[in-house]
Amino acid sequence: MKTMDELLSTHPFMADLDADALAIVAGCSRNVVFEPGELLCVEGESADTFYLIRRGHVSLDVHAPGRGPVVIETVGPGAVVGWSWLIPPYRWTFDARAKSRVGAVAIDGACLRGKAEMDPALGFALLSRISKELLSRLQATRLRLLDLYGGRDER
Amino acid sequence: MSARTLHEDASTGVSSHRGAGSLTPTMHRVVERIRETGDVVTLCLEPVSGGRLDFLPGQFNMLSVFGVGEVAISVSGAPRDPGPLRHTVRDVGAVSHALSESAVGDLIGVRGPFGSDWQIVPVNAGAAADPRDVVVVAGGIGLAPLRGAVHELVAAHREGGGRVFLLVGAREPSQIVFNDDLEAWARDGAKVMVSVDRATPKWPGRVGLVTTLLGDAGFDPANVRAMLCGPEIMMRFTARALVDMGVDPGAILVSLERNMQCGLGWCGHCQLGPLLLCRDGPIVAYAGLVSQLLSERER
Repeated sequence: MKTMDELLSTHPFMADLDADALAIVAGCSRNVVFEPGELLCVEGESADTFYLIRRGHVSLDVHAPGRGPVVIETVGPGAVVGWSWLIPPYRWTFDARAKSRVGAVAIDGACLRGKAEMDPALGFALLSRISKELLSRLQATRLRLLDLYGGRDER
Repeated sequence: MSARTLHEDASTGVSSHRGAGSLTPTMHRVVERIRETGDVVTLCLEPVSGGRLDFLPGQFNMLSVFGVGEVAISVSGAPRDPGPLRHTVRDVGAVSHALSESAVGDLIGVRGPFGSDWQIVPVNAGAAADPRDVVVVAGGIGLAPLRGAVHELVAAHREGGGRVFLLVGAREPSQIVFNDDLEAWARDGAKVMVSVDRATPKWPGRVGLVTTLLGDAGFDPANVRAMLCGPEIMMRFTARALVDMGVDPGAILVSLERNMQCGLGWCGHCQLGPLLLCRDGPIVAYAGLVSQLLSERER
């Protein structure tokens, strides 16, 4: 059975994080499993956790009156789910739902914020990773806004 | 179709079969019309005078609707299929609209095939199957020029060739083309992943840009070749993402298109930098010049 440090070290989000930092993050982490349809987080509720997805896929949903849950995006192994723990008022903006059986590392956001405030180097390392992930997701979202497949390509 | 010659172009890194004497259309009759999506139709054509047009996956023909005009459309059939010539057309302009409205029995003019191909050695050609993985990324109607190639690749995989990863992006589930083929290719061992930009409530699959599938696909970046076809922005970002993953830029092929008219590199309407895409393309290697041209801003 893998230790939490080992689980974290194999996730792309934690790639190249040094052993001391990994140990600190591991102290705020636990291994979790979600069955298909289970919610990882719920829009409007307190955002105190984020997830490093190890297995399975998660949909990010928003509830639309008359339409039910509308899937905005799906993410899979290697992805991070949840940014709202980072910025006040720490409240989820969307639902996150397991589309298949999901294995993840759940990280206590409040715990990690506290560790990062005491250790600026750790805070910078984590924020760099978070910024990279956010940039990647923002760019993908911007490209989707272009409605690429709706163009006048005759092929 | 007259004799063709194999042409190696140093600027694109891709060889092509050029048609000669292909300014005169040959008459073809529409023998079947398949509605793929709301605005996409596949026309199955047979030459009025008999015979069969020889082509390679990725090449295109100039299709004429008499009294309306002529347009470049890639062949969406597979050379290994014995049936009629297939072209898949999206209704976006005057000629493609007229083609889309063609009925069984109508006559269509066909010139070609023109341009370069996806560089696939058919397994029945006596050569050993290429052991490298292949990742094929298609956006929207961009799956049409790749359809014949994927048929060949899946067949090659069954004969010991590399694994096939087909990543498809579409605006919404109703606009996914060739659903039956996607299922068949998956049954035959290809890893088929589809992502849509806008999900419907019953859509069970992935939602997001097609590039987000790359990380999950599971191919070996050090031992893969890539074939990309779709909107040029999609291809640009996909190629960059592949290179960032460690894929050799020289192993990436993209399908480019401009205003193809003569098909023979004479008129210059399809010029992109030093390339005449009807002759040097549409399939070109991403490495070097093409990667620069894809980022070139029009003046």
